[in-house]
Amino acid sequence: MTSTESATDRRIVAAGALFGAGIAASMIDLFIFHLWLQWHHFYDRSTPHVGLVADGFFHAFGWFITIAGLFLLADVRRRGEVRWSRWTGAVLAGIGGFQLLDGVLNHKILRIHQIRYGVDLLLYDAVWIGTAIALLVAGLITLRFTRPARPR
Amino acid sequence: MHHHGAPSGPAAADVLVVALAVLSLAIYATGVVRSRRRGRWPLHRIAAWCAGVTCVAAGLVGPIADAAHTNFAAHMVAHLLIGMLGPLLLVLAAPVTLALRALTLARARALTRLLRRPSVRVLTHPVVTALLNGGGLWVLYTTDLFALMHQSTPVYVLVHAHLVVAGFLFTVSLVGPDPAPRASFGTRAGVLIAFVAAHSILAKWLYANPPAGIADGRVGAQLMYYGGDAVDVVVMALLLAEWYRAAARPSVRR
Repeated sequence: MTSTESATDRRIVAAGALFGAGIAASMIDLFIFHLWLQWHHFYDRSTPHVGLVADGFFHAFGWFITIAGLFLLADVRRRGEVRWSRWTGAVLAGIGGFQLLDGVLNHKILRIHQIRYGVDLLLYDAVWIGTAIALLVAGLITLRFTRPARPR
Repeated sequence: MHHHGAPSGPAAADVLVVALAVLSLAIYATGVVRSRRRGRWPLHRIAAWCAGVTCVAAGLVGPIADAAHTNFAAHMVAHLLIGMLGPLLLVLAAPVTLALRALTLARARALTRLLRRPSVRVLTHPVVTALLNGGGLWVLYTTDLFALMHQSTPVYVLVHAHLVVAGFLFTVSLVGPDPAPRASFGTRAGVLIAFVAAHSILAKWLYANPPAGIADGRVGAQLMYYGGDAVDVVVMALLLAEWYRAAARPSVRR
């Protein structure tokens, strides 16, 4: 593998991981849990100030990396063939990685908000974190199997 | 353009706004006509200037501006038009580029020298413009300025002039077709992310602490959050599109 090929490969992995983490941060939570299921709300009075500030930065960063991931993908595309299986693996790892961070850091440590209110949270937390780990592992396995061949 | 029961914004201020809007359209049109010898000026830039002027004017006079005195949702729509969407459209109209094309060589050089002055460079640095823009909003909503603005016409005019100017400087310091000595991509990206974060934190804070004596406080705060996102996502895309065009050069190594 030449240095250009490995640079392109790093770029496709970065494109997928940024896009995956970005949609997990900016869209999945907004569209599924906030607007559709309405499990948690726009503002939660119990959120500590540090949580509110952290949430603002996660939110802004989420939008930026979503769009950055798409431009990186467009950049790889104009340089040659895109290996979609590799990109998909990176997207899965990105979504899983961010959901894991969200479930542990945001929900449990910073306590920005909980997944749902008025229910026993243990099951919800276990499903959330479990799904996140499953997605992350599935993404990493896909990335492992789609690794470009190295010359010996 | 009557203010029904509104304590501020007499008709004289409305007339001034409309006169300034017509004047800015006329100046731009003159520029387009005078720069013809250098080729046709793109139609989409003319459309952007007209739309930008319309946005700013609609936020200052007319039904939305009238309702904004008593309704926070209308106030926020007006502010999104004046401080975010309007300035973005004005920046996309490339007024500096048009001026450089329309002016005589000597005057174009004088304008370039003016824009290169250290004071102008400081004033158009993204960190400074973000502080002017975001800081202004924090002061407006977290102090008594918001109540004061609705009692005093000079304060009302100053706050709204600040919104347009700060919104324009902030946008032009980040993106746009005009030639500007811009900060590095990393600085601009970092400033934009920090600004979006501050904007959304302020919107959520406003949702919990809406201004007293005005209707629809929570709707207004949510409009600020989602409306601000919509405009800022476009600014992010413009900034990243610039990176994308620069990365097309084959010699780029990172």
